Amino acid sequence: MNESNADPPEPCPGATPEEITRRKFLSRISLSLIGLGGAVVTVPLIGFIFAPLFRRDPGVWRTIGAVGSFKVGETTAVEFLDSSPLPWAGIAAKNAAWLRRTSEKEFIAFAINCSHLGCPVRWQQSAQLFMCPCHGGVYYADGTVAAGPPPAPLGRYPVRVREGEVQIQTKPTVIQRA
Amino acid sequence: MLPKTVKRAVHWIDDRIGLSATLGPVLRHLAPHDARWWYVFGSATMCAFMVQVVSGVALAFAYIPSATDAYPTLQFITHDAPFGHFLRGLHYFGASAMVLMVGLHMAQVFLFGSYKFPREMNWITGVLLLGFTLLMGFTGQLLRWDQTAVWSVVIAAEQVGRIPLIGGWLARFTLGGGTVGGATLNRFFAIHVFVVPGLMFAFIGLHLLLVLRHGIAEPPKAGEPVDPRTYRDKYQALLKKSGRPFWPDAAWRDIAFAVGMIGVIALLAAIFGAPELGKPPDPSIIAADPRPDWYLLWYFAVLALLPHGTEQVFMVFGPVTAGLLLIALPFIAPSGERSFRRRPWAVAGVLLTVTAIAVLWIEGEKSPWSPNFNPKPLTAGIVGATSGPVFAGARLFQEKSCLNCHLIQDCGGRRGPDLTFIADKLRPSDMIIRIVNGGVNMPAFGTTLKPGEIKDLVAFLESRTRHMGAPGPTTSP
Repeated sequence: MNESNADPPEPCPGATPEEITRRKFLSRISLSLIGLGGAVVTVPLIGFIFAPLFRRDPGVWRTIGAVGSFKVGETTAVEFLDSSPLPWAGIAAKNAAWLRRTSEKEFIAFAINCSHLGCPVRWQQSAQLFMCPCHGGVYYADGTVAAGPPPAPLGRYPVRVREGEVQIQTKPTVIQRA
Repeated sequence: MLPKTVKRAVHWIDDRIGLSATLGPVLRHLAPHDARWWYVFGSATMCAFMVQVVSGVALAFAYIPSATDAYPTLQFITHDAPFGHFLRGLHYFGASAMVLMVGLHMAQVFLFGSYKFPREMNWITGVLLLGFTLLMGFTGQLLRWDQTAVWSVVIAAEQVGRIPLIGGWLARFTLGGGTVGGATLNRFFAIHVFVVPGLMFAFIGLHLLLVLRHGIAEPPKAGEPVDPRTYRDKYQALLKKSGRPFWPDAAWRDIAFAVGMIGVIALLAAIFGAPELGKPPDPSIIAADPRPDWYLLWYFAVLALLPHGTEQVFMVFGPVTAGLLLIALPFIAPSGERSFRRRPWAVAGVLLTVTAIAVLWIEGEKSPWSPNFNPKPLTAGIVGATSGPVFAGARLFQEKSCLNCHLIQDCGGRRGPDLTFIADKLRPSDMIIRIVNGGVNMPAFGTTLKPGEIKDLVAFLESRTRHMGAPGPTTSP
């Protein structure tokens, strides 16, 4: 239990200087080979794991519904698929937004994610407020912060109208940055 | 005779493998004779880990880690598979036991000053194992791939996203892309099932090796401080004088306690089973109410209660500072008194930490900062009117979501102040100012309420008084 204080034995007692150089060389070359072998295996692995960092998310326009199905002044929950759903993603690839029709021609699509920590905010129609269930963030109808911890307004998706249909452009979940 | 043959076979195998020759002396290493019941939490933690390995492997026989299939396979394990409900319960309560035991172990080691010279690395590897344990708890909750799991990933991504420079990358790494999707669950599966358990096996091995290398710390005596120059010799002399072989003199207590703990885990699993799954993992279902499991609920409360403006700094530096402080502890106090009788600040630190976590945990359980989305409606009895401005005001109070955050008797939320007797505290003019302008934690209703509506609301609030029939405060607020 207390071997810890003992000095390690002299390396190769009685060895000639040539032998010592040779052993040094061998241990160095062995360590380098181990490093090389390890790198051959781990570099592709790291690349594989970190690939999502470097992938670009193409913004895809998703059709939400006919312009006529949204009333002016109302805010409605809409669903759409993310930009490149994997074949096995199923419902996990679904996304939602709060679509507000501000005028005959104009729409705003708010992200449902609270800018505090990303929880899904709920629209309270009669109070004209978005409320977050997690830590009590509140936003006005235009997405600006009304109360609570959120540091920024609700994020938005690009919206457009094409041939009578409202379309939302997908984008990554808004992450508040430092 | 058969037993003799068996005996001989066992002896042969043992001789050729060298099991008792290698492990025997290790198991019988000398331990201080008075290291008793306070010393059982470390082995109990390891035992809980083994429960997790066994129950986890069993669950992996049915669980399919795919965004589409995980939820149905969990339903199958919970409701159809023989022993499935019990097994998930075992894994859940085993995790809880492990977190609890790791906490107790750490508190004992800290209070006994066992992290001091020469056991600094025992403590540091222990701190890393604590981190791994919490990481396992969090990633494990995500593998319960329901609605709460999905939102927990988003919340995790938002938190790592706050880290300067690399935050965006870390968030993408967490989500496995720009949004929650097909790639998300598999990442956490690989981390929870291969990466972190692998690290834990390695670090538990190292941790045990260090226990053997430096010996089990003797219970401290006040007035016998650690002096690095003499400690090792003193410790060896102590073992020589009164040490007992770990096996079986000390080990029986570890085993008795650990087996008792397994009994409790199994009993809880049999009675309560696994935590019920939430709604399906569909990020487009907006009605969600994500909460972490109990061992992280206190941190959920921290995130809600941080003063405005500090959260950015805290979210990044809080956990990092806590971790670094724990790692630095043996360097801050490497020698000196070990006994907690001579270390009042150490005792205060433990009490403060436990109290803080307990209080935050209770707050997290109640979550008074969250709006109440389904408040009990105000009754005619509470309103005290069936027509007129008071009645109209009460209706507006519900419609405009005031009730989601404010309490009127036992109806409503607890986000804002209790307004049951607000007329005793605020004059009508002050009420109007607050309603119109809002505050830090209250929206301004000036643009959404018409003047007549504000009048009705104030009429209702004015009727909220202890002195029925005599509304309005007698003194100014």
